[in-house]
Amino acid sequence: MSKYYLNYLDELESEAIYILREVWAQFENPVILFSGGKDSILVTHLAKKAFYPSKIPFPLLHVDTGHNFPETIQFRDHLVKKLEVQLLVGSVQKSIDQGRVAEEKGKNATRNALQITTLLDAIEENKIDCAIGGGRRDEEKARAKERFFSHRDDFGQWDPKNQRPELWNILNGKHFEGEHFRAFPISNWTEMDVWNYIKRENIEIPSLYFAHDREVVWRNDSWIPVSEYLKLEEGEAVVTKKIRFRTLGDITITGGIESDADTLEKIALEVASMKQTERGNRTDDKRSETAMEDRKRQGYF
Amino acid sequence: MEIHENQLLRFTTAGSVDDGKSTLIGRLLFDSKAIFEDQLQAVETTSKRKGHEGVDLALFTDGLRDEREQGITIDVAYRYFTTPKRKFIIADTPGHIQYTRNMVTGASTANAALILIDARHGVIEQTKRHAFIASLLQIPHVVVCINKMDLVDFSEKVYHDIINQFEEFSSKLYVKDIRFLPISALLGDNVVNRSTNMDWYQGAPLLYTLENLHISSDINKIDARFPVQTVLRPQSQDFLDYRGYAGKVASGIFRPNDEIAVLPSGFTSKIKSIDTFDGEVKEAFAPMSVTLTLEDDIDVSRGDMIVKVNNQPKAEQEFSAMICWLNNEPAKPRAKYTILHTSNEQTAMIKSVLYKIDINTYGRDEENKDLNMNDIARVTIRTTRRLMIDEYRDNRTTGSFVLIDPLTNETVAAGMIM
Repeated sequence: MSKYYLNYLDELESEAIYILREVWAQFENPVILFSGGKDSILVTHLAKKAFYPSKIPFPLLHVDTGHNFPETIQFRDHLVKKLEVQLLVGSVQKSIDQGRVAEEKGKNATRNALQITTLLDAIEENKIDCAIGGGRRDEEKARAKERFFSHRDDFGQWDPKNQRPELWNILNGKHFEGEHFRAFPISNWTEMDVWNYIKRENIEIPSLYFAHDREVVWRNDSWIPVSEYLKLEEGEAVVTKKIRFRTLGDITITGGIESDADTLEKIALEVASMKQTERGNRTDDKRSETAMEDRKRQGYF
Repeated sequence: MEIHENQLLRFTTAGSVDDGKSTLIGRLLFDSKAIFEDQLQAVETTSKRKGHEGVDLALFTDGLRDEREQGITIDVAYRYFTTPKRKFIIADTPGHIQYTRNMVTGASTANAALILIDARHGVIEQTKRHAFIASLLQIPHVVVCINKMDLVDFSEKVYHDIINQFEEFSSKLYVKDIRFLPISALLGDNVVNRSTNMDWYQGAPLLYTLENLHISSDINKIDARFPVQTVLRPQSQDFLDYRGYAGKVASGIFRPNDEIAVLPSGFTSKIKSIDTFDGEVKEAFAPMSVTLTLEDDIDVSRGDMIVKVNNQPKAEQEFSAMICWLNNEPAKPRAKYTILHTSNEQTAMIKSVLYKIDINTYGRDEENKDLNMNDIARVTIRTTRRLMIDEYRDNRTTGSFVLIDPLTNETVAAGMIM
């Protein structure tokens, strides 16, 4: 006898494919927000499945802080070539040079918040009406309230108190000129689901996720990689550690964890036994209890 | 690992500030070890600052800034946890009367509803409201948790009195499966672990109940419905003449060689193949996302529905429905709204309001027919063209719709076809 139910990974996959197809059907000019991190890689993989045997029908948009892991950029270019998709790049450095934003100062300065302006500029310039993101509701409490289709006003802002109700699987992407949407096909996935799925599908991810030796500095309770952007403080020492990254962002704020997990199997096992949330190693979220919500309201990912 | 064959269960919780709903969810997350150390640390710090003794479990479900300030949940928030048997998604909604719309939203995708009753107060208006919404939205399983048993000395009599109260009014509702559980979310009795304070209760604790609810039989496997989302035409060298109809199976089972009809045109053909990225499949059932190819070259586009020739939905331009009004702006009689039904979009109007329902007493109001936010009413809808519909009771996908105000683009109503 056949079984007529899906396991949870197949159900999550099917839901994401449905949402991606709705985006394609309801919007003129959608893009996938691509950071080079596992969540945006997953969304891209799901898009490949959703439209097969057609190619992914929308470009990838990378908001480039200029403070990248070189591995991320290599991976991005490799994937774009393999999938034969178009790549759009919004450059934070350009926004700084044009005087659109000013660099933060001090020890914990990052370009994280600056990405908002670059992203919104890229959305306007390219007349994007839907930006598909890899945001997940389990990541952070402000994200727990996101809709699959999330409305942004003509300033790119999110109003969490005035969201459109989303019922059954009916998605309302109607918008006026100048407004846009963010779509989150993997809203219902947890970090563990993402790893179990990457393992199952054997999805290619950047080498940074696997344990490797790297020069790092202990700062804000995690191992920050040494790079040309890192200024050593007094008392900080560079050491070589076997580490891997749980999330990938700007090289200046992404902390690694000590790990021996060098295969997808080992990573999935390690994640299952984790005692800290994955964003626990992101200094951008540690600024205040509502740091993510405040950035999201302004138009952050 | 066997775990990969686990199913997903979506459940909704409704409750007010005081009946311990947030504590219950916090308890489920905490005892099933879905809480991380840094989250625990943050909650411990806040608990201390607020002067609570120990860890305030309710703080785990705390969402946005406004809520933290007001101490209430204002919207639907989603929580996740996994046990070795299932993955769970909780749609956590506030229970106040002004938030009916949020409860309806959370209930729309749920396999199960948790209704909380404070053992000291028994069935109150809010309990009836939650039960009504579970019934209206056809949530297949309702688990009534009689909470705060510790505050009534774990009394068996209190528990049974409340069950009687509940059954007295719930006989007017349509719910397939109702179960009752005596719990203490605060102390953890019968939540994850069996209570040692209530030997008289022989049933399973809450988590075990949720892990074992039989949900695969809740899906409609009879009426094959496939709303077309988009047409795939790769026009590449390898797939020169390929024409695939992409969508998610709403109900029923599709197989290659099935005789199908494309609605509303009525053209018939046969299924040639059911395609996915991972290869062709022999069967497609809800909620699979697949791509169908047909034997004949007929005109199919988004908004069409592929069904089996011998089992077709009704094609109607006018139908009766229960709607929940979701918007601040009241309904405008005879105004034009956009209706979204499966992948179809039409213009519609509310032709008439038959009655409104008082969700506290289940009484009908045939006098005041103004539809304001959170109102639930029986209406007649008229559309510019025919929709392919089933009754909501038989089919939660082809029996549901939303209305959009074209002046604001907001989703203003949720509807269930009668």
